[in-house]
This record gives sequence, structure tokens and C-alpha cells, in this order.
Amino acid sequence: MPEKMIIIGSGPAGLTAAIYAARAGLEPLMVEGMERGGQLMITTDVENFPGFPDGIMGPDLMEQIRKQAERFGTRIITSNVTEVDFSERPFKVWVGKDLYEGDSIIISTGASARWLGVPGEKELTGYGVSACATCDGFFFRDRELIVVGGGDSAMEEALFLTKFASKVTVVHRRDEFRASTIMSDRVLKHPKIDVIWNAEVAEVYGEQVVQGVKLKSTVDGQIVDFPTDGVFVAIGHDPNTKIFGEQLDLDEDGYIVTPPGRTETSVAGVFAAGDVTDKVYRQAITAAGLGCQAALDAERWIESHH
Amino acid sequence: MGQHTTTVTENDFASAIQSDTPTLVDFWAEWCGPCKMMNGPLEELAEEYTGKLTVAKLNIDENPSIASSHSVMSIPTMIVFQNGEEKRRLIGARSKAQLASELAEFTN
Repeated sequence: MPEKMIIIGSGPAGLTAAIYAARAGLEPLMVEGMERGGQLMITTDVENFPGFPDGIMGPDLMEQIRKQAERFGTRIITSNVTEVDFSERPFKVWVGKDLYEGDSIIISTGASARWLGVPGEKELTGYGVSACATCDGFFFRDRELIVVGGGDSAMEEALFLTKFASKVTVVHRRDEFRASTIMSDRVLKHPKIDVIWNAEVAEVYGEQVVQGVKLKSTVDGQIVDFPTDGVFVAIGHDPNTKIFGEQLDLDEDGYIVTPPGRTETSVAGVFAAGDVTDKVYRQAITAAGLGCQAALDAERWIESHH
Repeated sequence: MGQHTTTVTENDFASAIQSDTPTLVDFWAEWCGPCKMMNGPLEELAEEYTGKLTVAKLNIDENPSIASSHSVMSIPTMIVFQNGEEKRRLIGARSKAQLASELAEFTN
């Protein structure tokens, strides 16, 4: 017997879908992935999720939502989906060698931090190169480091890292931030933070650990050496859609295409919710909202096809 | 800690890694979300590989000198030691299956 619903991914979108689907008696099976809980697992204080007037830690919030999903009978597999086949029903989902079949699918695999893709970055990841300030900031007490990026997440990382670092330099390829005014102002006024405008990282170097970067001017292409102990990358996110590329319509940036305000994908019976389909809002609360919509859409779809 | 994993500190770390039995030391902290994800997989592996592989947890907040002397700059980091030598270093969270295959040479 195929599952009535398989949910892929376990951030706010997937777990909210699971709560709704489980309460509707669909006994959802969730493949939560190795990055269980999604991006909120690597954040600290979440101050804008309704219902928590004093804020809540990202991992604690996800743990609570997960418990709520389990309470109504969601079954959870802690592993990554490796392959899917949506060409016929029931839909097929592989987790390694294990095959699961589902009458409906909700995809909520979210987005992951984008890397620079420059020489030295990969080799030195974990040795001074990081995309998670909350995980790794601790190791840079009284050190100097750079944050690459100009959006809100770069501002958040830079501000967080001032707790540890003696000096933080934000490297941005334009001459102004695209972050919100409130976050930009906090960064620009911070005594421990400097900004290098119009520059991008061309190379990360170091023997065993990061010792510096080569910065390339986006104006005249000139390269300068910039010694640093750590490189925190915050240049945006890419949707986690690699395994769906052959099966579903994706837009030019790799996001799953859905009609405005809806969760249906290009394959009937497959729905998408959260950051994997939303490049505009990308909030925990909007992802949760989309997860709820996907569960309701899937429930109606199952009813009309059985 | 769990039933099958042990805890190491600055006091017993040096002797723990001298063992002839490979010892995986998991560098973790309370504030690290990805570290928490590793608790389940490590506990299960510790049980399955009893006698072949020791799994020891090291809290970096309480034992900062060990993390620093072993150039741990990101967590979770898992290092396998045998006879006092570092044999393998795994940086970042991974699934139990992936962990098991990466540790196969120590557990077969």
C-alpha cells in the first residue's frame, strides 16, 4: 500500500504540513533530511515568530513544532531522499536503497547557504571558512575575520560575530547594502565592524587554517591581499531542488514553480511549500503558512482522486 | 550522556585517545543545532560497534583547550583517534549511514 502522503523536508513548511495532514488522518510519512529542522537550526534568537513575546531559540522552536507533528502521528525518517520518480502514480521516493511510494507528495526541502566557489574555500571549510556564524563564531574569540555579503543575513552574522571577534570586516561587491535599513545602520555604526565596498573574494588561502583572502575590486579588477583568521560566507541561498530537476518545472534560479499564491507544481499530486518555492518572503512564518496550504491542497487532491 | 557513548573532559582526554580501540571524539556544544542532530546516530553507532569503536563526547564550552589544541574551528567535528594519533577527521553533520561508511575501516 502506498503512503497517502510523503513530505520531503522538515523545516517550518514541512512540519506544518505534517501537523495539518496528520490531523486530517492522512498519516504522513516525513523524510526529514540530514539538515533536520532546516535553516532555523543554525539561528539563535527568533524574535518575529508570533506567540513568543520574549523570542525563542531557532532550534527550540523547531523541536516544539516537530513534537507537535509527531503528536498527531507523523512518522519521521532521518535521512536524505536520494532520488524521486514522479512520472506515474503512486509517486516513488528513494532513500538510498529503500523505496517509498506515495499518492501525494509535499516538497519542503528549503534552501541552503550559497558558497563562494573560489579556490581554497572548500579545502578550508571547517578550518576558518564557515557559512554558520552561530555554529563557529565561538572559535574566533579575539580574532579578526571577514563576512562576505550585503543582505540581512550578512548583517546578522557580522553583528553576532562581534561578540567573539576583535574585528569584523564586511566585504560587499556593491557600494551599498541591500539589507534592511535597521540592520545596515547597526552594522555601519558598530565600533568593531569595518566595511570594504566594491570587492569580492577571489581566493581563500592558508596553511591548514585560513590566513587570508585575495580581494578583487569590482570596479577596476585590482587584487589586494587581506590577511584574516576566518571567512564567513553569507551571500544568499539556493533552493534544494537538485533531485527534482528532471521531474518538475523549476524557474531560472532553481525554485519550484507554483501558481501565484498556490502550492501545486507542474505534476498533479505533487505540491511545494516554503523556501524551495518562495524567493520573495523566505520567513519561518510564511513557510509555515505555505506548508498549511500544501497540506490542505493535497488533502483535497487525494479526496478528488479516490 | 547516552547509554552507549562516554564523556571525555580535559582531565581524561589524553588517556582516552591512547587506546588501541579506535575512539571517536565528538566535539559539540549546547548551542549548536547541527551537533544535536548527531546525538541519535552516534548513540546508535556506539551501540552497534561496542568493543570496536568507542564514541566519546567532548563539550567544547567546558573543555576549550582541547578544541583549540586540535585546531577544531567548526562543530560538529568528529575525530577518530587510535594509539594517540589522529586517524580521521569528519567536519559537519551527516547521516548514520554516511557516518557508518566513513568509519568502516575502523569497525570491520
